[in-house]
Amino acid sequence: MRAGADLVEVFLERTDHLGVLAEQERITSVSPSFGMGAGIRVFLGHRDGFVSTNDLSESGLVQALDQALAMLELEHKGLQREGGFQGLHQLKDFGAKKDTWLAQSPELAEITQRLLEGTARLDQLGQHLDVRRGSFSRDWQEVLVAASDGTYARDIRLHQSSGLSVLAADGEHRASIARRFGSSDRPDDLREWDVDAAANEVCSSAATMLHADYVDGGQMPVVLANRFGGVIFHEACGHLLETTQVERGTTPFADQVGKTIANPAVTAIDEGLSTGAFGSLSMDDEGMESQKTVLIENGVLKGFLSDRAGELRTGHPRTGSGRRQNHGFAAASRMRNTYIAAGPHSTDELIQSVDCGLYCKSMGGGSVGPTGQFNFSVEEGYIIENGQLGRPVKGATLIGEAKEVMPRISMCANDLDLAAGYCGSVSGNISVTVGQPHIKVDSITVGGR
Amino acid sequence: MTHTPLNVKELRDQLHTLATRDGIRRWDLGASRGMNASVQVDRGEAKQMKAAQRSSITVRVWNEQGLVGITSTSDLSPGGLEKALHGAYQASSFGNTEDIPGFSPLATAPIPELDRPLKPSQSIQKLLSTLKEVEEELLSKHPAIETVPYNGLTEGNSERIYLNSEGALRHMQRTQASLYLYARAEESGRKPRSGGAVRVALGSSDLDLAGCIKEAAERTISHLNYKPIDTGRYLVCFTPEAFLDLIGAFNSMLNARSILDGVSLSSKESLGQQLAVPFFNLHDNGLHPDHVGAAAFDGEGTPTKRLCLIGNGTLENLLHSEATARQFGVSPTGHAGLGAKVSVGPDWFEVTSSQGLISPAAHLDHRSTQEPFVLIESLSALHAGVKASQGAFSLPFDGWLVKDGERISVEAATIAGDIREVLKEIVHLEPHEVVTHQGVSPHVWVDGLAITGEA
Repeated sequence: MRAGADLVEVFLERTDHLGVLAEQERITSVSPSFGMGAGIRVFLGHRDGFVSTNDLSESGLVQALDQALAMLELEHKGLQREGGFQGLHQLKDFGAKKDTWLAQSPELAEITQRLLEGTARLDQLGQHLDVRRGSFSRDWQEVLVAASDGTYARDIRLHQSSGLSVLAADGEHRASIARRFGSSDRPDDLREWDVDAAANEVCSSAATMLHADYVDGGQMPVVLANRFGGVIFHEACGHLLETTQVERGTTPFADQVGKTIANPAVTAIDEGLSTGAFGSLSMDDEGMESQKTVLIENGVLKGFLSDRAGELRTGHPRTGSGRRQNHGFAAASRMRNTYIAAGPHSTDELIQSVDCGLYCKSMGGGSVGPTGQFNFSVEEGYIIENGQLGRPVKGATLIGEAKEVMPRISMCANDLDLAAGYCGSVSGNISVTVGQPHIKVDSITVGGR
Repeated sequence: MTHTPLNVKELRDQLHTLATRDGIRRWDLGASRGMNASVQVDRGEAKQMKAAQRSSITVRVWNEQGLVGITSTSDLSPGGLEKALHGAYQASSFGNTEDIPGFSPLATAPIPELDRPLKPSQSIQKLLSTLKEVEEELLSKHPAIETVPYNGLTEGNSERIYLNSEGALRHMQRTQASLYLYARAEESGRKPRSGGAVRVALGSSDLDLAGCIKEAAERTISHLNYKPIDTGRYLVCFTPEAFLDLIGAFNSMLNARSILDGVSLSSKESLGQQLAVPFFNLHDNGLHPDHVGAAAFDGEGTPTKRLCLIGNGTLENLLHSEATARQFGVSPTGHAGLGAKVSVGPDWFEVTSSQGLISPAAHLDHRSTQEPFVLIESLSALHAGVKASQGAFSLPFDGWLVKDGERISVEAATIAGDIREVLKEIVHLEPHEVVTHQGVSPHVWVDGLAITGEA
């Protein structure tokens, strides 16, 4: 601060990761890793300089600070003026009750046993399965954030995810199906994982999709299933409601707060702390306590997801949404547990309202580009004919633009459910939750062949 | 931030001492350290400046039963090394008895000389002023280009080592710089459009700034005049970048690890089979002189080399690690990572046409062909729209419908197909091979691909 910076923030991190892979009847990879590092960010006006380092020695940290200051043409050695820093507030220790979590998490022997149970169940339940895989990932992270505005906070995060995947093959027909299940803050998550249900879901989907035809592309209404169907909102609209996009000028919603941007059927929420959900945080990576943020209420845009830099550059107040993969990234406004709220309809009502369209039961990944055009793939789909589910189809990719698609989400069912996933963006890969009830989109481009 | 090079011999001695003390006789280690600085600008103002110093090591040990365990860490201190060694030893209890990686027999073989001189770095303020000028020039190219929302100028240096308990010791250093510009343009009453370009070089002073600006501007402007395209099947021409992206997304066809894992479209029996049209060649050449990020050895210390994967349409070789090469009875190819289960991946693809073989549509030229075709500039969402183990793809793209030489940008469309059919339905490879930042390829023509549009 004496160098003339507006604000200096230090992010310290320790990590302990474990990845395990089971293939068929054996464990084929055990990959532990651990690490530590620091990210130092200096703000001056609307600019910021960020330096990350693995060198946590005093000289290493001072060198990093010097470099961050120099980026803004500041120099702390000169001590040009007294100023600013009045000391840190009392430590907000969100991690105090979580110190035992790592020790409570399953040991390797238990993890390998559970994964082998999973691949064995796949073998019992599936047909034509050339490949059966079970995977587990555990990320433990301790963070400490201190900033010259007094912020002083510590937290411990524990994310675990378990997955099953298969490749089914029958002659020229092939289907690859994967499901991931994840949670945060639950050391017992793997122990409580319903392996049978997971294996059954994967095998059922593989059996259905193995002989499915490719979908015929075109414009059509679609009904998107709940849970991971929420990826449509995540890609189509969620990213455009991050202040990062406002800063870049890449969101069409920048000046739309208070205006209708979606069908009145749509209420969308980004929640910082949903118990156990994969994207939950007690505090964000800037030390701010998490909160529930209503993004869209009955079609009306209520606000944006904002981090420290977003507030500085766009004026939207911080929402506890400053997130980063690790110390190597500066925090940016990112989604946490994002979902479309439940509506009044039954799923059957949605499907029955479609004469000719597509039912997307299971979705793959997606992305959004700089002009707001989004896309995501459909892993398991069915033709809807005369209000009834018909034959399964594969190979569909849905594309569109948020401004056009959000008003076309005309019906929401009453079966909201959430799903775990990872989101890659400017501040790295982070754990998130997507979710929705079944929803109907009146018309969208379905890419096929 | 100063960069203290890794002391390879000291690292080796430390590990040797720790391993000997713990009775671990067989081990190897991969390490990397790097520093980089990058800047972004927004309409003439500095936006974010970043620098990073990062380090990591991966240690593998073989226990008394010969099983392998591994641990990675960013802590290169003696304490971190010791903890990693212990973690690897513990993990070795869960090593796979059916597929045990070993040392590459080529880990001590001579490695190729790379002509990649280390370039001095410029100050971050210099990078910033350069990028401001670059942005200003790009913004001035067309009134519709109002922002360059994605831009960055990065410069860095890095080093890698590999060493093992049998005396292998590899060490390399390199410098690299990159510039990317992704402009956004919008005209009244029309949708925003975008286009971009990337350049890489050994140092920031060597970057082709003017070329990057010109390409980003031309691409962005060329998409202003856009229309929806009718759904149907089209004669398609892939730009070199787009084709390299597509073939790269299906590299599991060429990957011995994927074959052994059962997730490849190929099998052991695929070697020698016709995979593509006879005039199609594909090499992997990590030593290509234009490959700025070239490394002389892979994660297992195996020397890098030029490898023919598909020759005259026939699958001739696969990408191998030590373990997969042993199972196939061949030598490792220099494409391995380092892990409990060693990954294998391509380095730098070269797509070429076979000498003396004429393609069935040799008259096609993306600059002059009069018959209608779709020119695919870039493919999006490869992570989501490619089913590598099935051969299928369904991908959004940027490109143009070209009729009578006139280019109309395509609005919101996808292209779909099967990679096996694509490789066998190539109708022409243009004679001019283009060096991109990710490989070498000519424009590649394929007939009858499915495109879904909004019309």
